[in-house]
This record gives sequence, structure tokens and C-alpha cells, in this order.
Amino acid sequence: MSETLKNQSLKPRLELLNITKQYPGCLANDQICMTLMPGEIHALLGENGAGKSTLVKTIYGVVSPDSGQILWDGQAVDIKSPSKARDLGIGMVFQHFSLFETLTVAQNIELCLSPTQLADIGNLAARITKLSQDYGLNVDPDRYVHSLSIGERQRVEIMRCLVQSVKLLILDEPTSVLTPQEVAGLFNVLRQLSNEGCSILFISHKLHEVTEICHNATILRGGKFVGDCEPANETPATIAKMMVGDLAEQDAGYEKAHGEEVIFSAQSLNLAAKHPFGTSLKNVNFELLKGEILGIAGVAGNGQEELMSIISGEDNRTLKGVFTLDDQDLGTLSAGARRRNGLAYVPEERLGRGAVPEMSLSENTLLTHSRGFVKSGLVNWKAVKDYAKKLISDYSVKCHGEFAEAKSLSGGNLQKFIMGREIGQNPKVLICAHPTWGVDVGAALAIHQALLTLRDQGAAILLISEDIDELFLLADRMAAVCDGHLSPVVRTEETSIDQIGQWMAGTFINANDHAEATA
Amino acid sequence: MIRVQARTEPSTLMTFASPFLAIVLTLIFGSILFTALDKDPIQALHVLLVLPLSDAYNISEMLVKMGPLLLCAVGLSLCYRANMWNIGAEGQLLAGALGGSAVALMFVDSESFMAMPLTLLGGILSGMAWAAIPTYLKVKFNSNLILTTIMLNYIALYLLIWAVHGPLRDPDGFGFPESALFSDATLLPVLSDSGRVHLGVVLAILLALFAWFILSKTHLGFKIRVYGADEPAATYAGYNAKGISWFVMLFAGALAGLAGVSEVAGPIGQLTPNISPGYGYSAIIVAYLGRLHPAGAIIASIFLAILYMGGDLAQIEMGIPIAVVGMFQGVLLFFLLACDFFIRYRVVSSRENMA
Amino acid sequence: MDIDLITQVLFAAIKTGTPLLFIALGEAICEKTGVLNLGQEGMMLMGAVVGFMAAYGTGNAGFGLLGAMLIGMVMSLIFGFLVLHLGANQVATGLALTIFGTGLSAFIGSGVVGQTIAGFQPVYIPVLSDLPVVGKVLFSHDPLVYLAIALALVIAWVANKTRIGLTIKAVGENPNAANAIGIKVLRVRYLAVMFGGAMAGLGGAYMSLVYTPMWVENMTAGRGWIALALVVFASWRIGNIVLGAYLFGLASIMHLVLQGMGWSISPNLLAMLPYVATIVVMVIISADKFKEKLLAPRSLGKPFDPRQMA
Repeated sequence: MSETLKNQSLKPRLELLNITKQYPGCLANDQICMTLMPGEIHALLGENGAGKSTLVKTIYGVVSPDSGQILWDGQAVDIKSPSKARDLGIGMVFQHFSLFETLTVAQNIELCLSPTQLADIGNLAARITKLSQDYGLNVDPDRYVHSLSIGERQRVEIMRCLVQSVKLLILDEPTSVLTPQEVAGLFNVLRQLSNEGCSILFISHKLHEVTEICHNATILRGGKFVGDCEPANETPATIAKMMVGDLAEQDAGYEKAHGEEVIFSAQSLNLAAKHPFGTSLKNVNFELLKGEILGIAGVAGNGQEELMSIISGEDNRTLKGVFTLDDQDLGTLSAGARRRNGLAYVPEERLGRGAVPEMSLSENTLLTHSRGFVKSGLVNWKAVKDYAKKLISDYSVKCHGEFAEAKSLSGGNLQKFIMGREIGQNPKVLICAHPTWGVDVGAALAIHQALLTLRDQGAAILLISEDIDELFLLADRMAAVCDGHLSPVVRTEETSIDQIGQWMAGTFINANDHAEATA
Repeated sequence: MIRVQARTEPSTLMTFASPFLAIVLTLIFGSILFTALDKDPIQALHVLLVLPLSDAYNISEMLVKMGPLLLCAVGLSLCYRANMWNIGAEGQLLAGALGGSAVALMFVDSESFMAMPLTLLGGILSGMAWAAIPTYLKVKFNSNLILTTIMLNYIALYLLIWAVHGPLRDPDGFGFPESALFSDATLLPVLSDSGRVHLGVVLAILLALFAWFILSKTHLGFKIRVYGADEPAATYAGYNAKGISWFVMLFAGALAGLAGVSEVAGPIGQLTPNISPGYGYSAIIVAYLGRLHPAGAIIASIFLAILYMGGDLAQIEMGIPIAVVGMFQGVLLFFLLACDFFIRYRVVSSRENMA
Repeated sequence: MDIDLITQVLFAAIKTGTPLLFIALGEAICEKTGVLNLGQEGMMLMGAVVGFMAAYGTGNAGFGLLGAMLIGMVMSLIFGFLVLHLGANQVATGLALTIFGTGLSAFIGSGVVGQTIAGFQPVYIPVLSDLPVVGKVLFSHDPLVYLAIALALVIAWVANKTRIGLTIKAVGENPNAANAIGIKVLRVRYLAVMFGGAMAGLGGAYMSLVYTPMWVENMTAGRGWIALALVVFASWRIGNIVLGAYLFGLASIMHLVLQGMGWSISPNLLAMLPYVATIVVMVIISADKFKEKLLAPRSLGKPFDPRQMA
């Protein structure tokens, strides 16, 4: 495939020559070279911290490289700013979208255009509607962004690039936020663009997607170029080996467990959103059994955050008779009291919520684990330090010591530490959100093992994740959330990615309402 | 080429050096200013900084000014540590003075040994009550603490002025807006015969040490620090945000109230409209200069007290307007905030960077 | 209450509300880009003293206005440099600006205390000013009252109808995203901060050139702070700010009304009214947390450091 592409046009659209970027204490890009042909869909692969984001931000003019050269259509260019990049015809869809929720779709797109571009386009709304039809994007220019779903927002980002007649489209992990069905739609758009001659640079770590759609792949590890390949000729396993090196272990399949008695239950949980752009929870019902992992799938922003904070008590509204833990009404207790009753929680944001960035690991141990360390209001700092040391060694947390600040740790090591701290309190119920998000393969494996060990000791785990593969790997029973509704709960071995994907898109909601109406 | 680079870890050295650097820069700024005003900068700095420490009387006067500054600053340090932007020390100080005076005036003709303790208690409770208003509005209605505390400063000032013109005015005072003189039993004991250093100054230092103990040794102090450093983490850990808010605000109110009552029952001896030259505002600078640490506040309050003394002396000796003190305080805080930049960043030359 | 008193009260309310309007308009734009400048009181005092000195020195009140705006911008640049370039805490830096401005204005103004100047003369708008009641209340003010309203109209148009307004809103909501699509976040914020400084200077000049007209230490008496409350009260909407400024103006002169109606309340207690009113208003608006979250610029008070964008 790539051979034919190269024959179509001999001139590469983009060439990177020896791009180098140094950050304090980290060489993000070390002499990276890469070539992109017109119409080529090119994957940029690598673990977290491999330097992919820095490289694409260099191309898009957000980051300026310390040395190296960029050739665009054969000409050396100095891309000083994103607007310069856009003038060349480079568009980018960010992982964390760069949209403004309080503005409309058309206003969001207008902000990316220079006055001359805007004058060329004329009627922007009409142009958006036209492109929306041509590519099947289904984007309404007059809607406010805060009212759009994640998938719709991504399409707005793509639309932003399309109105500028883009020649190179960069997508940073575009599929991690989509339902499986939405991914298929995205790929159709990308193939159409590719056929029209637009180059696409596609960052991902989902290897089966890369083999499905990409013509070529460049693989980075630790800021260095380690190889390139034609994904069509490789298997996910061989690519994975290039990404993480030979030594990394892989997650194997795990035994599924059957839970015993009910330890926690949520009944008829209805809750209005606290934040203007939040999601209300609508009649959520589920039970957690001792010794099982219940996985909840869903695209971000469908009520996961609201569900976790009302269970953990961070959302301090009291609800009577909704939650029970060991037959005790949990909903009337404060967050601290819920912890004392055996609830532990690993939140999504490690830094800034799960751990205080500017505090040491021993102080961060005391953050949630005070039992045995506080006597008549006084802290026994010596004991806290000793326990923090033990956590660090038990969970192989790489750091300078128990005095190291939380923010000096890598994401994976901090996650292992937080996981260890929460598990160390012997919880009856552990809520765990996106446990391996942005974590390297080795740490992810250790975190999975820790969760399974806790489960086998008889605790119940509520696992909330956007990574559907991870849920199928770990969860014993599964459900999905969509717009604040919770789907039926099923055993993992009795469902499929396809069914969970449909539930993530909300297909169960009408059926449920119907069932209620007829009941 | 020289450029700025982020440090991988914040610099401990700069954390401690920054306040001193800021003081030096402020003095340089002052020298330039005095030169521009045709005043001898050496003499001006001598009067501002050295003269206040030149003899036992001046030192004791300096300590008298340090007392209220320190009391207010210690309370504010705890508030700011917990992200409670209490700008209301001035109002709480005035409320303390007013409430304390109301109690003291019941003992004008009394020799009761209860007079002094009850007066202090009256001041402390009044300061706490004044701090409780914005705290309640913040906790209950989510009102902006900065603005409510500022407004209450103005309200406290007019309340005080009203009181000395009205209910608390000395009936035998020929209509002057002043209260009657307090009885000797009400006044705070003076520590030495030569100066005016009183019990309030000692209490201020003891309370600063007590606040230090709370912050570093107790679970409550730890929670205060977490709450200020990272509010989502405190919520996540299940700390009682309202409880912490109430504690730091009432503590600050009590200390500011004590500062106020110690002024009227100490060096002044009666209630007048001008009991504070803005101690409550200057305490904000003391708190920052002391790195929001009670021990740091002790050192910083000495410096600001010297500046206050020096300002008085400079006006008498060199005809420099007293307003120079307020301006220096602002400049000092500017320089401190600027120097703090180098806690997180350092200046490197590009050549070093390439190596 | 007779019609003359009502006329006078409304006339005075507009006059008293005008300095608040200047400051609140500037601060609203500043906050819309995500920068909270608590130094209004300091900038205002500097504007008042420099404006007065310039007008006193040149004998031309127009130079007074110019000087006030310039010093407001210089003051705001100090704030901008610390907050935007050095990433200093916005609350602490704003307080420093107020303390500095209070001290410096008293320092440099000590020579002109008690002096008087001509100030601005009222402009009677032909025909309209002859109308009964309305003519006096609305159409016989000094030129700055009209200037404030004109500025409000222009600012409302820029903020709601132009690309500049769109950019301001984007920076205030999500500076990282704005940076990612190539908006110069720091430049936008600097300009907004300087605009706020110029407006605060104008507000100060109004006090010393028109309202009193003279210079006294601390003559703004917390109006800079009240204007900050006004911005929140108005939910960052220009139309609400105009209305709110005149309402606060009315609250500030209520003691005159009560005295005029023969109430015998101590003037010292009545002087508390504007501050009490501010607190009451703050409580009423902030009680609805949901609404405030919806309307406040989302990055307000949070630092943005392009150096840390990796």
C-alpha cells in the first residue's frame, strides 16, 4: 500500500530531520526523523512518555524544537506558532479537546481562522453545514459546545481542520474517547480524507486499530526513534514488542471470580447535576458482591464522575436509603466517616486529588490513612514515615524516598503508591477510576495484579474505566453508563465488546423505560 | 545568552532567601527614592532601620508595635495556609478593641482582679464574632471572603467611630470622641519600668509558638495544610472543610481581637478613633514575609515594627511623610512575590544548557 | 417625599455610580480574560492623586484625565508583570497593589491636600435637559457621566459582537486551549489588565476632578472594592454593570435621603450603608452556586504559564 502511495507522488508532504527537544530532566525527542507522503495514514506509536505528544506539538508549532529541521512539500519551514501551521495546511485534533464550551460550534471554528481565511470562506455556517454533509460529520454550527457529547466534540475539532482545506491532519489518541461504533465512523472519515490526498498522522496505543487503518508506522521509545514498519505486515504482538522492548511482560488472561454475598448496594439513585455542564444520574441501581470486580464502561462525561463522588461522599449531599454498606446507610455519612466504614477510593486525577503535588510521600500517606498514626490529635510522624517506606518497597514505587514530593514521581509510580495506600486500609469496597490511564505497561501489570489480589481477599471493587479492553480483562461483571443511566449488569463472559459498545451509546435506555412502563 | 528555566524541584534555599532578598531590594529602591527627594539616603535608612533599635526605650516601643502585628499575622498565616483569604484582620482588631473597651468601661471605678481578664476575654470574643460573620456567609452562602472581610473592616471602623461619639464617649470628656480612661486594674501589666512592653507582647509570641505547634505536630494542622495546598485532595480525603474554615477564621479572629484589646488596655489606656495605623493590613505583609509560618511571622513582624518606628522617627527627624511606610510595605510585597519566582525557576546561560 | 428630592437623589445616584461604573467596566474585561486584579483601590487612588496633580499643575482637567489613565496603566503593568510573567498569586499581588497605591498616593499627594481646581462643568444637553425631572436626572451631568455610558456601549458591543470579544471569552474560559489554537494568551491578558488599569485611573480621576473635587488621602473609601463586588453582582454582563453601578450609587447616598426625610440616625452608622449593602448583595447572588459556576469566567484567578506547556 505504501509503495503505491510513494509512486503516486514522489514528493513527501512532510519530512522531519533530526528533531531534538530537551525539557528539564528529560530528553523528550532525540534526533527523530520521519517522512509522510500525501494521502498516507501514518501511525505514531509509543508508550506514555515516549515523546509522541512533544513531536506532534513540534509539527503543529506549539513546541519549538532545540534543533532539527522540518521540510514541508520539500521546503524548509520554521513553524513558530499554530497559526503558522494552519497557514501551511496542518490541522490538529487534540487529545484533550481545545474547544470552548461556552461558545457555539461556529464561534469555536471562527477563532481558528485568520481574517483572510474567514473572508475567503464567506458564510461560515453554510460552509460547516456543507462539509458536515460531505463527510457525514453531523455537526450543527449553532449549537453550544457544552451541549455536545464527546464524540460530537471530536467531530467539531475535525471540522475545524476541514474548513481550512487541511493537507495534514494530526490526531492525538482520537479513539480512546469513543465508543467502538463511533470509532468505525471516524475511520470512514479518515479514509475519505486519505483518498482525497490529505496526509494523516495518527497517534494511538491501540494496536489493532493501527493495523486496521494505517499504511505506515513510526515507533518511539524513551524519546528515541526505534523503528518503522508497515502495520499490515505485522501483528499487534510484534508491534508491541517494538514499543516496550523485549523485557516487558504482557497481561495474560485472568480467572473470573464469582462474588458471594452483597456488601454494597445502590438503589434508585437519582441525582441532579451539581455543575452546570454535569450529568444527572437517573435511577441507577446496582449491587457489589464480596470478592468481585464490577466494571463500568462508558465514554467520559456520562455520569461516571458524578457517580463516584456521590458514593465516596465528595459530593456532600445526603441521600437517605440509597446506599448501603454492610447493611448500614452510607448516604447520610460524611466522606471521612464513609472511609472509616471501609470505603476506599482511587480517583482519576492522581496529582492534585489522589495526592497533594507539593507534599512528600509520607505526608501523602497520612492524607487518607490516619488510623494508628494519630493519637489524641497528634501525628506520630515517625510511624507514618516507616509505613510510607514499607508502601514504597511493597509496591516497587520508583522514587528518591518517602520524603520525595508526589509530583516528582512518574504517573505509573504515583498510581502504584496511591493504590497501595488505599489497599493498605483493608477496604471492604474499593472504587477505582481509570487505574492505568497514562501508565506504562509494567506499572499497569502491577496495578492489575494488586486489584486482583484485593478481590481474592474478599473485597468488592467498582472499576470505572474508558478502556474497554481493560474492563474485559479484569471485570467479573460489567455494565455501561450513558447520560446518567446505568445499563443492566451482566457477567463478562456472557457479553461482547459489541454489546457493551452499544450500551455505551445508550441503546438500553429506551428498552428500560419501556420495561418500566409495562411493569 | 541568558534565559529562564524551570527547576525540577523547588529551591529550599530560595524559599528562605527570598524574603531577605526582597528586603534588600526594597532598601535599594528606598535609597533611590530618597536620593530623588533630595534626602540623604544613608541618613534616611539609618533613621528608618537603625534608630528604632538604638536604645532600650526605642526597642521597647518597637516591641509594642510588634505585638499586634504578630498576633494578626499568625492568625492570617493559618487562614492563608487553608486558602481562606481573610483580609479582615483590621476589622477584627477594631472589633476586639471595641468589645474589650465595652467590658473595660464597666470596671472604670473598680479594682477587681477580674477586670483585666474579662476585658481581654471581651476583646477576644468580639474579634471572633467579627470573624464569624464572613465565615458564616462563606460556609453557608459561598460568599466571596475577600470582599466580605474588606467590607466588614469599613463597617467596624464606622462602628468604632460611632461608639466613641455615642455610647462609649466619656461623659466628662468635654465632648471629645474618646472613652473614659480605663482603671489600673483593667490595664495589662507592664513588664519593665522603663518601657511600655506589656503582657500582650508576651502573649503574642506564645501564641505564635502555639500556632507553630498546631501546624507541624497535629492532625488538624496537617489537614489545614492539605486544604490550602490542594482543596480537591482534602475533599477526596474526606476532611471537614467547614470545620477547618471555622477553626482558622475563629482562631484568626481571636488573635486579632486580642491584638485590638491589648492596644486599648495596653499602651493607649482608653478607646479612641485612631487605635490602629493599619496593623491588620500590614499583617498581611508580615504573614507573607514570614512564609505563612508562625516562626517566620515573629521575624517578619519585628522588621515591620522597625519600619513603623522608623517611619515615625523619619517624619520627626527628616520631614519625610509617614505615608512612606505604607508605600514601602507595598514595594516589599512586590519584591517578595517577584523573588519567589526563583523558587520555581532559575536563570541559566544557554551554553550551560547545551552541555 | 417630594419630587424635588427624588430628582436630586436620582441625579446624585448617577453621579455617585459613575466612578464605580468606570472601574467595574475595566475589571469586568480583565476578569473575562481570567485575571482577577484586586488592586483596583490602589490604582484608583493613584489615578485620583495623579489626575488631580496634573489638572492642578496644568490648569486643564483634560490633562488630569490623561495622567490618571496613564498612571493606572503603569500600576496595572506592575501587577501584570508579576502575575502574568512571574506567575505570582493573583490575590496576593492585587493586595500588594492596593497597599502600594494607598501608600504611594498619600506620599506624593501630601503637597496638594486642601487645594482646589475648577474640574468639569456640567453639559446641559439641548432640549432634553429642559424636560421636567428627567432633564435634570439624565441630561445635565458633567461630560464624564456621558463618557462612562458611551464606553459601556462600546465595550458591550466589542465583548458581544466582535472577534475581540470572542477571543477574550476563549482566553477566560480555557487558556490552554486558546494557546493550543494559537491565541497569544499572555498578550490578550496584558492588554485586558492595562485596559482595567486605565479605567481604574479614570474612576479615580472622577473622584478627585469631579466628585469632590479635591484630593484627600484614601478618598476613594473602598469604592475599588465595591466595584469588584459589582462585577460579580452583574455576572460579568455589561448591561447589568451599568444598572448595578447606579444602584450602588443610590445605596451610597441613602444616608442623605434618610437625613433629608428627617430621620435622626447617627451619620457614622449611616456611613456603613454602602458596605452593608455590598455584603447583602454578595450574599444574595453567591447563594446560587450553580449560577455563579455557569457565569464566572472559568479560568478566573488561575495562573497560565506557557513555559509549562509540554
